[in-house]
Amino acid sequence: MSVVTLTLDGRPVSAREGATLLEVCQESGVALPTLCHLDGLSDVGACRLCLVEVAGQRKLAAACVTQAQEGMEITTGSERLVRYRRQIVELLFAERNHVCAVCVANGHCDLQRLAASLGIDHVRYAYQHPALRLDASHPRFVADHDRCVLCTRCVRVCDEIEGAHTWDVAGRAAGCQVVTDLAAPWGESASCTGCGKCVQVCPTGALFEKEQAAGGMLSKHRDFLTYLKNAREKKEWLR
Amino acid sequence: MSRKRFATVWLGGCSGCHMSFLDQDERLLELVAAADLVHSPVMDVKRYPEGVDVCLVEGAVANEEHLETLRAVRARTRILVAFGDCAVTGNVTALRNCLGGAREVLDRAYLELADVTPRIPCEPGLVPPLLDRVAPLHAHVPVDRFLPGCPPSADAIHAVLLELLELPAGTPPAAAPRFG
Repeated sequence: MSVVTLTLDGRPVSAREGATLLEVCQESGVALPTLCHLDGLSDVGACRLCLVEVAGQRKLAAACVTQAQEGMEITTGSERLVRYRRQIVELLFAERNHVCAVCVANGHCDLQRLAASLGIDHVRYAYQHPALRLDASHPRFVADHDRCVLCTRCVRVCDEIEGAHTWDVAGRAAGCQVVTDLAAPWGESASCTGCGKCVQVCPTGALFEKEQAAGGMLSKHRDFLTYLKNAREKKEWLR
Repeated sequence: MSRKRFATVWLGGCSGCHMSFLDQDERLLELVAAADLVHSPVMDVKRYPEGVDVCLVEGAVANEEHLETLRAVRARTRILVAFGDCAVTGNVTALRNCLGGAREVLDRAYLELADVTPRIPCEPGLVPPLLDRVAPLHAHVPVDRFLPGCPPSADAIHAVLLELLELPAGTPPAAAPRFG
């Protein structure tokens, strides 16, 4: 295995060739905020919360989709980065109707946790209050687009782990939404296996089990991802 | 040292934040021993007074009376605190914004869903007209401090009051702050 050496917040670190900057940070004990990233799924750099500064590059780089290279000098917590991360989370809140008080994920929500960790106590941007659809056509699950942050974890888990590819993304900009099949109601989806993996990986209350009250989805189980991935790639079930 | 003048105000909210305020229980006695409560929905004062040091404002700005009250509070208060999620984000009160403007909301509530005598309430001077959009406090006036939560815990309220009213330090709240 080839190894590259780079500088992380002024500290020399080594990483295996091909590792992402996010992996380097995680292995070096540097905490980077993430939202679309989930161990066990591919990375797409959708949320931009893991932005880092790379010396010599004008643009910021999303750590989850940037490979570590020899001699890179990375900064992870500059004032500029923290400012952008706060703006990103505030804009996510402003974009849709994240009403924590009536959300099943209240108190167990990755977005809410991020806001608290970034010291956000109010949103400086005008709330958009779009009129969005709630899809309760599935017998067991509900999709509430008011709470979706378009991280696409549901899309990736359904494609990469379950292999059904029921979820996808439709529309652009403010009109962008996750959809099942060809934007048909979830309950009418021919491809959905009803496995619930999408519900488990959703960082907010956008996908939830029916009959949950506000704050009712106490925990989500994400460990199954690495379990299934290891089982397939390392053929652990065959041993 | 002169006694601090302290107030609370209730705009477009459910009063849950005031219930949580009352949940401070015996700590309320410390509060009134150290500061004068000069205006609150729990007392009978009609006009918001001048020269208030700290005011907790619950609820979002949903109608013209709210906006008028908020502007008066801002003009007469040194430290204005957005008290609870409706004041901080709009929260449940702002859910009506998804329906559109005030006219759409009134039509939906009083005409489309009416069983008998469909009529939009209109009593000039008595029923304040709705604003087109519900908004958090800081959309209309500068806010000095945000106290999120639906409702904020009594401990969190007490911690903020201790600090802002410069009361003797009490026990810090156990729960970490959270947004929403």
